[in-house]
Amino acid sequence: MSYGSAGNALPLNNFRTTKTRYSGIFAWIFSTDHKRIGILYLISILSFTSVAIVIGLLMRLELIAPGETIVKPETYNALFTLHGVIMIFLFVVPGLQAIFGNFFLPILIGARDVAFPRLNLLSWWCYMIGAFMAVLALFTGGGAPDTGWTFYVPYSVRTSTNVSLAVLGVFVLGFSSILTGLNFVTTVHRMRAPGMSWFRIPLFVWASYSTSWIQILATPVLAITVLLVAFERLFAIGIFDPASGGDPLMYQHLFWIYSHPAVYIMILPAMGVVSEILPTFARKPIFGYKAIAFSSLAIAFFGYLVWGHHMFTSGMSDTARWIFSLLTFLVAIPSAIKVFNWVATLYKGAIQMSPALLFTMAFIFLFSIGGLTGLIQGALATSIHTHDTYFVVGHFHYIIFGGTGFAFIAALLYWFPKMYGRLYRMKPMYIGWGLMFVGFNALYFPMLILGWMGMPRRYYDYIPEFHFWHVVSTIGSWILVSGIILIAVEFFRARKHGEIAGDNPWGGVTLEWHVPSPPPHENFDVIPQVTWDTYDFEHGLPEKTAEGASHP
Amino acid sequence: MTTPVSSFTETFDIIFLALVIFAVVTLLLITAIMIYFVVRYNRKRHPRAEPIHGNTTLEIIWTVIPLLIVTGMFYYGYEGFRYLREVPEDAFTINVVGRMWDWTFEYENGRKSDKLYVPVDRNVKLSMTSLDVNHSFFIPAFRVKEDVVPGRTTYLWFKPQTVGPADVFCAEYCGQRHAYMLSEVVVMEKDAFDSWYGGEADSSPAAAVETAAAPVEETTGFTEEQRERARKVLWDNGCFSCHTTDGSENLGPSLKGLFQKDRYVLVDGQERVITADEAYLRRAIVDPDAEYVKGYDGVIMPPADDLSPSELTLIIDYIQSLK
Repeated sequence: MSYGSAGNALPLNNFRTTKTRYSGIFAWIFSTDHKRIGILYLISILSFTSVAIVIGLLMRLELIAPGETIVKPETYNALFTLHGVIMIFLFVVPGLQAIFGNFFLPILIGARDVAFPRLNLLSWWCYMIGAFMAVLALFTGGGAPDTGWTFYVPYSVRTSTNVSLAVLGVFVLGFSSILTGLNFVTTVHRMRAPGMSWFRIPLFVWASYSTSWIQILATPVLAITVLLVAFERLFAIGIFDPASGGDPLMYQHLFWIYSHPAVYIMILPAMGVVSEILPTFARKPIFGYKAIAFSSLAIAFFGYLVWGHHMFTSGMSDTARWIFSLLTFLVAIPSAIKVFNWVATLYKGAIQMSPALLFTMAFIFLFSIGGLTGLIQGALATSIHTHDTYFVVGHFHYIIFGGTGFAFIAALLYWFPKMYGRLYRMKPMYIGWGLMFVGFNALYFPMLILGWMGMPRRYYDYIPEFHFWHVVSTIGSWILVSGIILIAVEFFRARKHGEIAGDNPWGGVTLEWHVPSPPPHENFDVIPQVTWDTYDFEHGLPEKTAEGASHP
Repeated sequence: MTTPVSSFTETFDIIFLALVIFAVVTLLLITAIMIYFVVRYNRKRHPRAEPIHGNTTLEIIWTVIPLLIVTGMFYYGYEGFRYLREVPEDAFTINVVGRMWDWTFEYENGRKSDKLYVPVDRNVKLSMTSLDVNHSFFIPAFRVKEDVVPGRTTYLWFKPQTVGPADVFCAEYCGQRHAYMLSEVVVMEKDAFDSWYGGEADSSPAAAVETAAAPVEETTGFTEEQRERARKVLWDNGCFSCHTTDGSENLGPSLKGLFQKDRYVLVDGQERVITADEAYLRRAIVDPDAEYVKGYDGVIMPPADDLSPSELTLIIDYIQSLK
């Protein structure tokens, strides 16, 4: 089947061509259009991400053999800190939410923009300023921070590297996250089109909405915590550092009270994307809409109560450990429910294979491995051994990269035609998928084995017994990156030279497929009256599909 | 020699294996069903989708069954953990001190060691603390781990069941030489342990350093006995983590040939040249940051300000003797 449209030109009046007060780059960096801000995030986030990917490759190269391979220990320690800080704070935390949430959340609920467009622009500026401060920390003061992205006290107070500026950068980044959350919650409450009742909003919006609440409620804890680290370094206030009367465990509690819910900030929007893609390519309603919607809320809620599982060997009280273990097992349930519902959605569908669907299937497979290895770490008896080993490193890469990362690419494959109005070629994307899938498992599965064998994380060097699996892992990193490059190059080509996509290349029913590709400024000429349920393929299809005409 | 096991190794292995089997079966089921659906209900083969919205019975089944399964998992995890945390009363207690980047084991009779020597078939409790940052004491072969935190005492226990050496790792990131904060637990037959425990200083820290580092050094005007004592002071204060005595570079400058050498130092941001005389060495040990030697950016040397005057003099004399 060919997806192309009858037309051979993009709609003249789209959000990219709209005349604004400013021109050139200023028409973008001062734009309050949610779609332009979404594109701004896309470009800035992917730029930082590519740096972190290169750092990841360098780390793997260093670890291909015991002893010094390409860098010294102090450089390696800075590399894994940077890889973590960039990937967490600059990519996966804002990632899907800031890019696709911004671009699609208003369209999906039939709104012309978010509730506070100027605040939205401010969020992007906070992101850029925070990111700039974090980057500046590499080259100033005592050099690149070497604490790990977790900034554990007392080491982060003792080290002479430039931790203070880096944590202040994280503080500013926090505002970007909080303001985006605030904006989206208000938008979902106040801006839904007539007829768009709570149980008609698409599941990506439910996921994004749940994420927003976590951003609002959890991020301030992190912001204050990292600020206290900076104060501890500058004024020795004695909150966390035992040398001045503080408690290092309190730091870990406060850090994980944010950073565990942050894992759900990373994964929930990815789950939302998957819940959009499956119905479209199966051409049938999602299985158990309410179960998926409520499980998002349940994850957001229970996600607050499990931070202690990052501290199972920390010296925390044994009672706290078993309580956190129990709660950790409970939070597995809503995720399991989602997986079952996604698979059931495919039952008796009319399934059209596409790169987006293939990445979604890979998401389900890899995320399941991440979740199931999570059970091993939730059980106290086994967690004591695997804690702080490569088992954890493997596990969270399965969740965050195999989950969020693959869903990110799926989302881009799914919505790229809407954002750019053009289609990519399928073949490079399928080959890229194959390379990524094989490379990913070759890179991260050995880590699970190494962790089981007892290889601690954040090790620059290791004993000879661990050599073989490190070699496999490093080779995996090369295969994985070749897949990423192939996909990136094809996207880059397609954004200017791809075939014209038309309004609805995949035959979707949610509101973004009712507007032209790319959508016009303010999305809808007339706010739509929603009379059908989400994913209702009998009544929800746009009247004209795969044509250049504007709707509704 | 094979890696020794503890009384917990087998318990861990059974629980771990059970969880892995469950994970593999679940994963294969989900994946197989997913792939089957995608092939069976391909649009060419099955052009009209059936608009199924859900099924409440199924939803309840796949909520309740996983709930029961994870409750079971929690229980077995908890039981194993309880065993790990309930130290038998007859346990033989050894104090563990972690610091950047080595471990010291202190026995009840005052004996100190850089390796953990323990008797087989005896319950051993480790009572642990850190002198600087967080560390984590990890014996993979025994499947035990606990963080070692400054300002706190944490503990773990184990009962080794076979003799032999096993690796000890630091599992909590602690800076530059985190990956080298290694040691060994040596499980010995009871008799062998008793003779080590009550015996001569064949494995005392200073002696261990002698053999491990095998320094090639020429000392002048210094008796063997003084040299032993000086190296013990250096060892006890962790100096050997960064400084060598054979001229090779580690994190800090080697102590060999340091005396009377020109040092390029930063004083309040200003670069100066100082000759490493006795007074300089004294300042460099007690307050290393005041005159920071160029070329070691980012390396922190903790001030050794709790040395007694005689210890300080001994170290300085030792450095002078290292030509």
